[in-house]
Amino acid sequence: MLRRNFFRLLMVLFAGCGLMASPANALVEININKGNVEPLPIAVTDFLQGELARKISDVVAADLKRSGLFAPIDKGAFIEKVSNPDASPRFEDWKVINAQALVIGRVTQEGDGRLKAEFRLWDTFAGQQMLGQQFYTQPENWRRVAHIIADAIYERITGEKGYFDTRIVYVAESGPKNARKRQLAIMDQDGFNARALTNSNDIVLTPRFSPNRQEITYMSFENQQPRVYLLQLETGQREVVGNFPGMTFAPRFSPDGQRVIMSLQQEGNANIYTMDLRSRTTTRLTNTNAIDTSPSYSPDGSRIVFESDRGGKQQLYVMGADGSGQTRISFGDGSYSTPVWSPRGDLIAFTKQSGGKFSIGVMKPDGSGERILTTGFHNEGPTWAPNGRVLMFFRQNAGAGGPQLYSIDLTGYNEQLIQTQGFASDPAWSPLME
Amino acid sequence: MSRIDTPAASRMQTLARNPVMLALVMTLALAGCASKKNLPNDAAGLGLGAGAATPGSQQDFTVNVGDRIFFDTDSSSIRADAQATLDRQAQWLAKYPNYAITIEGHADERGTREYNLALGARRAAATKEYLASRGVPANRMRTISYGKEKPVAVCDDISCWSQNRRAVTVLGGAGS
Repeated sequence: MLRRNFFRLLMVLFAGCGLMASPANALVEININKGNVEPLPIAVTDFLQGELARKISDVVAADLKRSGLFAPIDKGAFIEKVSNPDASPRFEDWKVINAQALVIGRVTQEGDGRLKAEFRLWDTFAGQQMLGQQFYTQPENWRRVAHIIADAIYERITGEKGYFDTRIVYVAESGPKNARKRQLAIMDQDGFNARALTNSNDIVLTPRFSPNRQEITYMSFENQQPRVYLLQLETGQREVVGNFPGMTFAPRFSPDGQRVIMSLQQEGNANIYTMDLRSRTTTRLTNTNAIDTSPSYSPDGSRIVFESDRGGKQQLYVMGADGSGQTRISFGDGSYSTPVWSPRGDLIAFTKQSGGKFSIGVMKPDGSGERILTTGFHNEGPTWAPNGRVLMFFRQNAGAGGPQLYSIDLTGYNEQLIQTQGFASDPAWSPLME
Repeated sequence: MSRIDTPAASRMQTLARNPVMLALVMTLALAGCASKKNLPNDAAGLGLGAGAATPGSQQDFTVNVGDRIFFDTDSSSIRADAQATLDRQAQWLAKYPNYAITIEGHADERGTREYNLALGARRAAATKEYLASRGVPANRMRTISYGKEKPVAVCDDISCWSQNRRAVTVLGGAGS
């Protein structure tokens, strides 16, 4: 499913439209580094022609809305009825309803059965086209085309990469709490196209994507032996990672995809190891009589953040990729765990336990600038959208019976429930398709 | 949670934490009511010892010895009440040397998933170490941690969390 050529997705810029002006030249612009921004009013018209075209434009609008940075205008307020997507819109009609940006599109079926999806993004107040693109794909990938269009609009207006054409792997949970069934599952970032990746009664936990989105590393209790595994998404092929003399857990890929980093449990202690996936050699990085776990690489691969209770309770530490210079970075009240380095490199997200509450927060890699994004009965396990702008995590409210997935903006605003069929935990966001 | 220290009472607590045993106790309680007799106050008197549970059986171990111990929050220290249970386990295992055991370590849900896997392992290791110190050969014991993934009590307060912070000794087949 994820192999690049599988979708035969072809992006062709409209010729001669003077496209892709830099965001600095555009009048319509969102500076997303200003904290809580006022969402940009945008008109996303029904793509022409027919049901599938309309569904695609609806997904575009929904993506933009869920980001919290755009406010799609109610279609009932539209004055101009677009009939020719190639013609210049009547800007006055859009300005009067305060649509600062306008999206118009068309979806047609090619002779070979493929869909052709075209769209234009207009700056209504400048009276200029900001973007015009077309895509070809198989009809069953219609949601994906919509996400790609939404990403293009997001990037053109915010100046930052979008994250809508991404997926989430997670643990789908069903059944009562004391006999819970857990399966790995994958879905689009908006909760659609969910499907199970495993189906057994063995406990499976903590799935994480490889950088090329084709593999997942996770932990399974198969054969009553808790170990780290690799799963090829396209073939379903599975293998144990390494041959360790004890439980291995808390796996993640290195940014180059060449290594898996994880914890090995021996008696009462957990230490951090890497395994090179090509040479199969293992390297021990920490050596303490404590629990060292939840390692996560910096995006350049030079450093690793992890949690350890070597000082008495769980705190965050940073070390070099070779295990050198292990330095504690968290010093606030309570305990800190599940650190994850932002894809931008500038922040580390974590779970914090304090005063009987569980919070999701971020801090800089040197431990300064701690900021709590959300607090409650139980929030755990943040994961970053590939643009480093949005986090997803799982939350269980007291008495709720099980956890659900939520996303939240880095500012702490725009918290959104991600709809899943049953309970869900351990979300991990995929990288963007290159 | 208040703790009652008489051996029979603490054994009853252990029983009450085990759903199967709880059902047994309930049945006996009903029987006791029907015959209008006071319930006997120790396990042997309940008929759960030599009578109901064949000596050396799984049931004998679970009912008369106690198959689980409990831990304080974020701790793997073997408490005094747990030592008493493990001492009985060690004596029983010495008497029935055909059993291998698996010690399951568990954590409550008031922690993060990965850490709790390690915490459960630490509790299982501490339990194994204690049993070894009481003469149970290491080659009869294996450990596994389930972290917070297999709670026995499902409410969202301390009365349940304290039951989920546990190490359970599971009897396996002969040898290992």
